[in-house]
Amino acid sequence: MEPLTRRTFVRTATLAGATWLTPVGHMLARAAEAKPKLGATAKSVIVLWMQGGPSQLETFDPHPGKNISGGSKAIDTKLKGVKLGEGFGRLADQMEHISLVRSVMSKEGDHERGTTTIKSGYRPDPTVVYPSLGAIACHELPAAGCDIPRHVSILSSQWPARGGFLGDGFDAFRTDDPAGPVPDTQSFLVPTRDTDRLKHLDVVESAFAKGRTRRVGATLHKETVADARKMMSSEQLKAFDVSKEPLALRKQYGDTPFGRGCLAARRLIEVGVRCVEVNLAGWDTHANNHAFHATQLKVLDPAFAALIADLRERKLLDSTIVLCAGEFGRTPRMNPLGGRDHWPGGFSIAIAGGGIRGGQVIGETDPEGKAEVKDPVEVGDLHATILKSLGIDYEKVSQTPIGRTVKFAEGEPIAKLLKG
Amino acid sequence: MLWAKNLLFGGVVLGGVIGLGANLLPPPPPKGAALHDAGLYRDANFRKTVDGVDAAFQAQWDEGGAKVAEPASDLQIARRLSLGLMGTVPSLEEIRQFESLPADERLPWWIEHILHDARTSDYFAERLARSYVGTEDGPFLLYRRRRFTTWLADEIRHNRPYDGTVRELIAGRGLWTDNPATNFVSVTSRPEMGNQPDAVRLAGRVTRAFLGLRIDCAQCHNHPFAAWKQDDFESLSAFFGQTHVGFAGIQDGPGEYQVDDKKREVMRTVQPKFPFSPELLPTDGTRRQQLAAWVTHPKNPYFARATVNRIWAFLCGQPLQSPVDNLEPEGATGTGGSALHPAIAILADDFVANGYDLHRLIRIIASTKVYRHDSASEHEVTEAEEKAWAIFPLTRLRPEQVAGGLLQASSIRTIDADTHIAWRLLRATQQNDFVKRYGDSGEDEFDGRGGTIPQRLLLMNGELIREKIKDSPFNASTRLRIQAPTEHASVEAAYLGVLTRRPTPAERAHFERFLADPALPKSQRFEDLFWTLLNSTEFSWNH
Repeated sequence: MEPLTRRTFVRTATLAGATWLTPVGHMLARAAEAKPKLGATAKSVIVLWMQGGPSQLETFDPHPGKNISGGSKAIDTKLKGVKLGEGFGRLADQMEHISLVRSVMSKEGDHERGTTTIKSGYRPDPTVVYPSLGAIACHELPAAGCDIPRHVSILSSQWPARGGFLGDGFDAFRTDDPAGPVPDTQSFLVPTRDTDRLKHLDVVESAFAKGRTRRVGATLHKETVADARKMMSSEQLKAFDVSKEPLALRKQYGDTPFGRGCLAARRLIEVGVRCVEVNLAGWDTHANNHAFHATQLKVLDPAFAALIADLRERKLLDSTIVLCAGEFGRTPRMNPLGGRDHWPGGFSIAIAGGGIRGGQVIGETDPEGKAEVKDPVEVGDLHATILKSLGIDYEKVSQTPIGRTVKFAEGEPIAKLLKG
Repeated sequence: MLWAKNLLFGGVVLGGVIGLGANLLPPPPPKGAALHDAGLYRDANFRKTVDGVDAAFQAQWDEGGAKVAEPASDLQIARRLSLGLMGTVPSLEEIRQFESLPADERLPWWIEHILHDARTSDYFAERLARSYVGTEDGPFLLYRRRRFTTWLADEIRHNRPYDGTVRELIAGRGLWTDNPATNFVSVTSRPEMGNQPDAVRLAGRVTRAFLGLRIDCAQCHNHPFAAWKQDDFESLSAFFGQTHVGFAGIQDGPGEYQVDDKKREVMRTVQPKFPFSPELLPTDGTRRQQLAAWVTHPKNPYFARATVNRIWAFLCGQPLQSPVDNLEPEGATGTGGSALHPAIAILADDFVANGYDLHRLIRIIASTKVYRHDSASEHEVTEAEEKAWAIFPLTRLRPEQVAGGLLQASSIRTIDADTHIAWRLLRATQQNDFVKRYGDSGEDEFDGRGGTIPQRLLLMNGELIREKIKDSPFNASTRLRIQAPTEHASVEAAYLGVLTRRPTPAERAHFERFLADPALPKSQRFEDLFWTLLNSTEFSWNH
């Protein structure tokens, strides 16, 4: 009898939650927001994280016909004179909404250190862990009735976005392919047993609190348990479930974990999540660079293009920044294995939405791969640009745990990318 | 001849099976009473240091009018030692052994028992490694973290003098696979610089990990208040300026250390020089050997102080002086550190005088009043009292400690080096998965952060906890259900196994009633009991 009861319960709960995603819900989620600062239109961020470091030459900065292309081709886009790597056929149609920075300068050529640098805007430092963009956004902008974590990492890599000195509470919540359930959020117990367990817990908690009342209170254990339970029963949790979306739309995003991740990202943004990171691994092409990039683009192109189109259709693009970046680029020179190695000094990212001007191209790399890049953009500048679009004071100074003062972003917003 | 071949084949197969069996199911080694020498703790020299530390704290408490907590129970202290040294809780089996000894022999036995356990050397090595080489994967092919920690664990297990270990780290030569200590250098190799080691990062590591100083803050600029200047850091880095990576591994050669002078846009040669106590510099050896000798010189006070402060932090959950890698340079102010606690100097003097003996240092700290008093008190403790260590601190456990505790608490028998290898492998995998989801706190070890929602979800609903409390002959919950004679015995054993204490009368009454309640199947009642204990604040915190 008993397993049947459980199953029935779970089923009923699922059905009850199927009708939640309404515009009213969205309005409620956003109602508590403070008035955005002047010029700030972005409310949330989606980071498409290209783990491994994609080659700028086969993605956003092709030099077809030149020596450094190593024979890779490029295609025209809706933007006159702006080319993308072959395989970006669908993204090419969205390019008037997207801008490229082709001159990002970093100093870290190691995967972990590079990842930390791009995600936090600072080079790794043994005295302090700098918070990532998403953590800063969650820390600075109101929570607005969101019961689920406001910072999410889908298909999380080894180094997901971190809360750093803002606290572990701002770390990205890690999930896998949205085709499966959100990890650790189902209790599998009949409700009575579930509430009984809480009663038992109270007995143990009060024994431990005796003689330690204030200090046990300060652990916030009780509050964290309550928050976790709130999340478990939240209707918003269903935002992770993309199977509710029309089949046609799902096809546009692509029937891949990354495609589903991008679709889930849009659904999460709608219920009030601040920052979603969707990870696409497999860019570390030390051998067979061109073949691997062609495979990767088959996943990235439909998902990225569908995300931009979908956000636009739902009038969400103006309030959502989409950033597509990896930890570094790849060498202009091909190695003997037909691969490209790590290249942090002058690579590309794509950015769109949330008050970022579309159709811009910042910086230029040398078609021969020799001269220095034009209009170099530091990682800190990129962070300042995004924070400013979110209405966050990017120069705001925080105290690190050891008492050092640091700004949210060390750099200046890129004027050409910001709408006036 | 065919029969001979068949016989040979049969013999080979049989031999293989026996070999495999012996590896997977080794006979349990004889469990003799662990060697412990209670006399060690009564030794006059040993007592003098312990009493000195106690007196230093007493003076501090008297001065501030702090009310001091009562002594903790032996079991509570055993749990602290276990978590601090082995990264897990005592097993029910061990607790029974512990309690079978006369009261005054329990803790001395326990300390020796765990000091000689492979769990301690492995766990301690991992924690030390974090301050030496961080948690990063490091450069491909040039760095073998696993080799490094195994070597370090071996140093700890054999209690080799700590100054020698550190000299090997700083000055070791050879291949990272062959001489694992050299991974300390090779982890900083930069692929974009022809794999040459990074002198700047190395100098930063040396000052932080071994001297408890943050001279590397002066790397970028002169701080107006700091004791160290940019020149100090550059000339310290120069000690690594002749270190190279080649076919023979880490080697030292000729050449000068050059830095890129951004202002003048030239490369500038920097000579090695110590920021203080230059008289301790030996005249011979490679630059790294000179640096190693200077760092570990008995007259260089920082080395012993930094070590003492770090070991204290491992044992107590918090360093005596915070932050752990920023001890105040004498006579300087404003570097973010605070005045040196007198107990650090006392412990450091003992450490130097007794040949950098880590085991002795651990025994001494574990014998002090501070280590042995309660984390609860009758009166409401003030923050000042907390800061003065008048009460034992509450510290959130690290992810490995929570995982280790969970795995041990769900087993009656001790999971240690004697456990079957298949079981240990499974345990290692489960622990790694759990730690990944729980969120590794990385290098920043002692910054007292609160718990997170994903951590709670993981302990409430995660796969590992479901696995470990479900009805299964391997789990403590099931074994208690079948073997414990009464509800009374079950509740007590569950509390001892998970929380290393006996239930209070109120807890006992509550859970005995619950275990006897026929409304739920019995296995589920036991499951719920274990779930509750494992989800308590008490389980996830050191106290």
